[in-house]
Amino acid sequence: MHTPAGIQATETQDLMNASRPHIQIKDLNVTIEGKRILKNINLSIPNNSITSIIGPSGCGKTTLLKTLNRLVDDTKGLEISGSVLVNGEDLYADGAEVIHIRKKMGLLSQKPFPLPMSIFDNVAYGPRIHGEKNKRVLAQLVETQLRNVGLWEEVKDRLDASATRLSIGQQQRLCLARGLAVKPEIILGDESTSALDPVSTQTIENLLIELKQDYTIVLVTHILRQARRVSDYIIFVYDGEIIEFGKTDEILLNPKQEITQQYVKGFIS
Amino acid sequence: MSWRLLKDKLIRQSFAAMLILSLVVIAVILIGLGLKSIPLLRAEDLGTILTESVWSPLNGSFGFFPFIMGTVWVTFISLIIAVPLCILASTYLVEYADDALRKMVLPLVNVLAAIPPVLYGVWGVLFVVPFLSEYIAPIVGAETTGYTVFAGGIVLAVMIFPIMVSIMVEVLQTIPYELKAASLSLGATKWETIVKVILVKSRPGLVAAVVLGISRAFGETIAVLMVCGNIPQVPKSFFDAGYPLPALIANNFGEMMSIPLYDSALMFAALLLFTLIFGFNLISRIILNRLEGKA
Repeated sequence: MHTPAGIQATETQDLMNASRPHIQIKDLNVTIEGKRILKNINLSIPNNSITSIIGPSGCGKTTLLKTLNRLVDDTKGLEISGSVLVNGEDLYADGAEVIHIRKKMGLLSQKPFPLPMSIFDNVAYGPRIHGEKNKRVLAQLVETQLRNVGLWEEVKDRLDASATRLSIGQQQRLCLARGLAVKPEIILGDESTSALDPVSTQTIENLLIELKQDYTIVLVTHILRQARRVSDYIIFVYDGEIIEFGKTDEILLNPKQEITQQYVKGFIS
Repeated sequence: MSWRLLKDKLIRQSFAAMLILSLVVIAVILIGLGLKSIPLLRAEDLGTILTESVWSPLNGSFGFFPFIMGTVWVTFISLIIAVPLCILASTYLVEYADDALRKMVLPLVNVLAAIPPVLYGVWGVLFVVPFLSEYIAPIVGAETTGYTVFAGGIVLAVMIFPIMVSIMVEVLQTIPYELKAASLSLGATKWETIVKVILVKSRPGLVAAVVLGISRAFGETIAVLMVCGNIPQVPKSFFDAGYPLPALIANNFGEMMSIPLYDSALMFAALLLFTLIFGFNLISRIILNRLEGKA
């Protein structure tokens, strides 16, 4: 029933763009407190497109996302083997520099978590810790990023206000701007719209679709309709294994595996 | 009405009565202290006794300024020592220490809180006082017996350490992991995340912990009394003796009551302490509300 890793690898080859993919995962196994969360993951995520990871709750999709920027590191009882290559650099090699790796990935979490500071400082936080001190450069950067996420007009008169005063949809856009300000190459979204109202959700989705020209985007979602709306590729994960990986239409309309079909049709969730 | 419903009503009212009772106790204390202080306030001007530095009950002069300053000095010194220590210790426990260490240390900290104050006083007399006079004072060229506000501050710092650490640990544990992840995912180091995000986010809680610590420090009597020297003078440095308000009351109450106005003066000291703590709590509540509004 479950596809062996080898088959996915060849499928993945076809999907790959001509250029080397930003993210490649090889023989990744993750065990947390004795439980195998991810099993033999092999994957190349296509550049400049949106890839959605779907699957039932507890199947390991969030863990898979978190291995991509090593946010799993703090998990208790974690054992990890295999490699995750970002631009050819193995995140899990001995002596890999986590800070430098994380900077390349913007993370958009389930609920917005604005930092406890002003709107301006939220966006400027990343550039500042990476050494940018010039006030004019920072101001320019903040404006650009806030414009990118369509928030500039709404907040330009109150950049000094606390970020927590914003509505939750605005906060999520702010968090996206904050992530973009460190000039990442990859955007990771962990059910990024699950706390948002439909209008804000649409805004974020449209933003992601615009942003894929410049970024490689990986989303975890449990909403199939969202996966259909935004993604170019879909990874279906079940019980810690990648069951299928392919173009959105193929997975949703013509899944090759029985279990994918059941999930897509809503028999399992 | 059925018995069950009646019981429900009765319970509600008796609980409310208990609440009122506990509030009444506070009021009664306040009124009692106020009434007892009236003779002194009739004889002397309030402004004078608060700012006057001479304490000589036999001659009828009651200056409370030395005691107020004694309390302020001791509390202040204990905070200078305890606050940074507690913030660093609790941050370490929450952010760096592993589970095993945390589970071992926190109960130990609570044991510290359960040690009777008089034991801290003994420790102060046996170790802190001689340590100050023999090792620390010579370094700065001061001459002292060691019975100083500094000794009081150190002993007090150790005493408020447990309550501050356990509250701060609780506060820091409420910071959601995702907030840390947000900072880390932007490429911040753990240290940057702690200083710029975690400590900022938990500031209201940390201030609340400090406030509880101060309230404890203000009122602590026996341990401070044993090491402070108890000389009614305004301390001018760490190495001067001091005489905090609670020590004044504990040392003198019940003695020499034949001196006119003396018991009234001690009651006034108690009222003063009460007002100080009450006012302090009020102010800190206001500050906290502001901080929470901002965060």
